[in-house]
Amino acid sequence: MTDSATLEAVSIDQDEGNFSYPEDYAHDAGYGLTEKTIDYISDIKGEAEWIREFRKRALKVFNDKPMPTHWASEDLNNIVFDHIRYYLAKGQRPTRSWDEVPDDVKETFERLGIPEKERKYLAGVEAQFDSEAAYSNVKEELTKEGVIFVNSTEALREHPEVFRPWFGKVIPTGDNKFSALNSAVFSGGSFIYVPPGVKVKHPLQAYFRINAENFGQFERTLILVDEGAEVTYMEGCTAPKFETATLHSAVVELVAMKDAKIQYITVQNWSNNVFNLVTKRGLAHENAEIRWIDCNIGSRLTMKYPGVIMKGRKARGEVISIALANDGQHQDTGAKMIHAADETTSNIVAKSISVGTGRSTYRGQVHIPRHLKGCKNNTECDALLINATSRTDTYPAITVRGNRHATQHEASVSQVSEDQIFYMKQRGLSEGEAMSLSVNGFVNDLVREFPMEYSVELKRLIDMEMEGSVG
Amino acid sequence: MSQSLKIDNLHASVDGHEILKGLTLEVPKGEVHAIMGPNGSGKSTLAKVIAGHEDYVVTEGSVTLDGTDLLALEIDERSRAGFFLAFQYPHEIPGVSNANFLRAARQARLPKGEEIDAVAFYREMYAKMDQLGMDRKFTGRSVNEGFSGGEKKRNEILQMMILDPKYAVLDETDSGLDIDALKIVAQGVNAMRSPERGFLVITHYQRLLDYIVPDVVHVLSDGRIVKTGDKSLALELEEKGYDWVTKELAAA
Ligand SMILES: Nc1ncnc2c1ncn2[C@@H]1O[C@H](COP(=O)(O)OP(=O)(O)OP(=O)(O)O)[C@@H](O)[C@H]1O
Ligand SMILES: [Mg+2]
Repeated sequence: MTDSATLEAVSIDQDEGNFSYPEDYAHDAGYGLTEKTIDYISDIKGEAEWIREFRKRALKVFNDKPMPTHWASEDLNNIVFDHIRYYLAKGQRPTRSWDEVPDDVKETFERLGIPEKERKYLAGVEAQFDSEAAYSNVKEELTKEGVIFVNSTEALREHPEVFRPWFGKVIPTGDNKFSALNSAVFSGGSFIYVPPGVKVKHPLQAYFRINAENFGQFERTLILVDEGAEVTYMEGCTAPKFETATLHSAVVELVAMKDAKIQYITVQNWSNNVFNLVTKRGLAHENAEIRWIDCNIGSRLTMKYPGVIMKGRKARGEVISIALANDGQHQDTGAKMIHAADETTSNIVAKSISVGTGRSTYRGQVHIPRHLKGCKNNTECDALLINATSRTDTYPAITVRGNRHATQHEASVSQVSEDQIFYMKQRGLSEGEAMSLSVNGFVNDLVREFPMEYSVELKRLIDMEMEGSVG
Repeated sequence: MSQSLKIDNLHASVDGHEILKGLTLEVPKGEVHAIMGPNGSGKSTLAKVIAGHEDYVVTEGSVTLDGTDLLALEIDERSRAGFFLAFQYPHEIPGVSNANFLRAARQARLPKGEEIDAVAFYREMYAKMDQLGMDRKFTGRSVNEGFSGGEKKRNEILQMMILDPKYAVLDETDSGLDIDALKIVAQGVNAMRSPERGFLVITHYQRLLDYIVPDVVHVLSDGRIVKTGDKSLALELEEKGYDWVTKELAAA
């Protein structure tokens, strides 16, 4: 039992993201998805013809592809695409100053602490409200060095020579039904270019906020890091708790040129009405490194398997994933490692926690073809079950051909024992505090590798989830 | 209101077996009582029932701490009310460092919204570890994970020192300790002896009681206190064995 003081403290915090402002949108594409929806979006954005064509082709692919329910959750069938609005915006361009952001939007991000974090430790911030960015700013010295950090519309309009060659190349439209959906109606997201040799010291951050009900957010991100350059990007997401389902379906493509390094960090805290179906993949050239740190908390159903294609010799790919599935939630997550050159190395460490009737699924794919040599993969997945009703499944698919590689795979399922909780409570911790501490202990070895601000944030989210889940 | 840890006619069962069968015992504030008794007589059961372990059902009797009905409180509330149990078999908490655990336990005792003073806390923890001869590396290690038997017991005493309880039950804290560790742990306990605190020390061996000299010794057999005396009772027990008490009882 959680004592009342704790419950009270928690119930305020837990609903931190659970507020919304009345809708007053200048642009609303209406319900349902047809070619007209696409024309509407393209017209508002004043897009080049090739983008409109790209979108329309994608719509066809989306319509033709069946739901992947032969392997994925049947719950996908509960998404009613006709009941979703595909574009909602206030009709103004992102500003570089918080003062110019519309009041309700500004208040939203202030309540979520974004401007404060920006002042403290970020090199650049983009804040997206429904379909479009409301605020976007990057430190001046980075602009001088040639770093570009803008939303997708602006990127494709102002810098097509930089971004078009890679756009849709790492994740082709037809990769899966939801990458096709995103390709049809994408809006917002971050496009980043880091010139050769530029090492961006502080993280760039994007914040994605859904404010409206029956809405789909489809941001599109492309991060291109040139030879020997480095960047860390963090994204955060929240939405209010609505009665009806909300859809979030992003596509994120990363390209790390020779010797480049990209670290992509996600802290997701969706409310439990959100279908979160995201495709994320990176392409690593020679001796480049791509690292996904992916933490999934909340949502109704998350399907996300960040991947790295190691295309150049000695390229490295890493996925560190933490998923917490609470009552009624399903976290279907994992990683995809495609070795396509000699001496490439990949590492997957996935930890999941299932609470109440929560369910977590790990799906991993590691592919090392026969003609390569000296490739390495390490896969570890550990599941923690909190209650007897909690569930976990693991589907690792490691295809290693040839005998010139080193792979290692470990998996475990454990439980927090009642005696452990008894011991902790005997020292004065409430059940919720004892659970939080145990869960934090379970993920501790991973969290230690995260940037400081981020591990603090994650710990806070876990505390909120665990303390709210008992009592 | 009595200033004591008072156990009155306590009956408790586990899985339908009655283990405690009308146990009565009172440890007044400021005193150290020892409990001795054969294996399986119910010593650890008593400790866990006082702490509130959910496997045990109390069917009759009461436990009060300075007049507060402990049995009406949750496990963690009993702890915060001032009850501490040093476990016979301390549990491991993977991934949670000793320092974080202690800090969380201390934090749990502060009023809502008040933050622990981290610097002062670490200073205090280090001082107490020094007193117990514990290496600083134990602050960063996961609670009890991979600790030797003796290290675990020492760690229990460290927790007790940090949590500063009103009444503490030490369940076979001496088992697993080498002679030097036994002395150090006993010194730690003795340093905590005060008119404001009561101890109930469960042990099988007179040796511990040479270092922690008890005011009263109880013999527990088959779920009941069958004999109570002063420290010489422990010596007599060591000499004559438990048979002596049970036979004496049968004769009476
Ligand atoms: N689930 C259970 N079902 C039946 N009997 C049990 C159960 N759990 C414990 N017991 C019994 O309760 C009795 C008391 O156990 P307890 O651990 O309190 O003994 P103890 O006095 O601490 O012994 P020791 O000196 O060996 O530590 C034992 O006989 C034990 O087998
Ligand atoms: Mg025992």
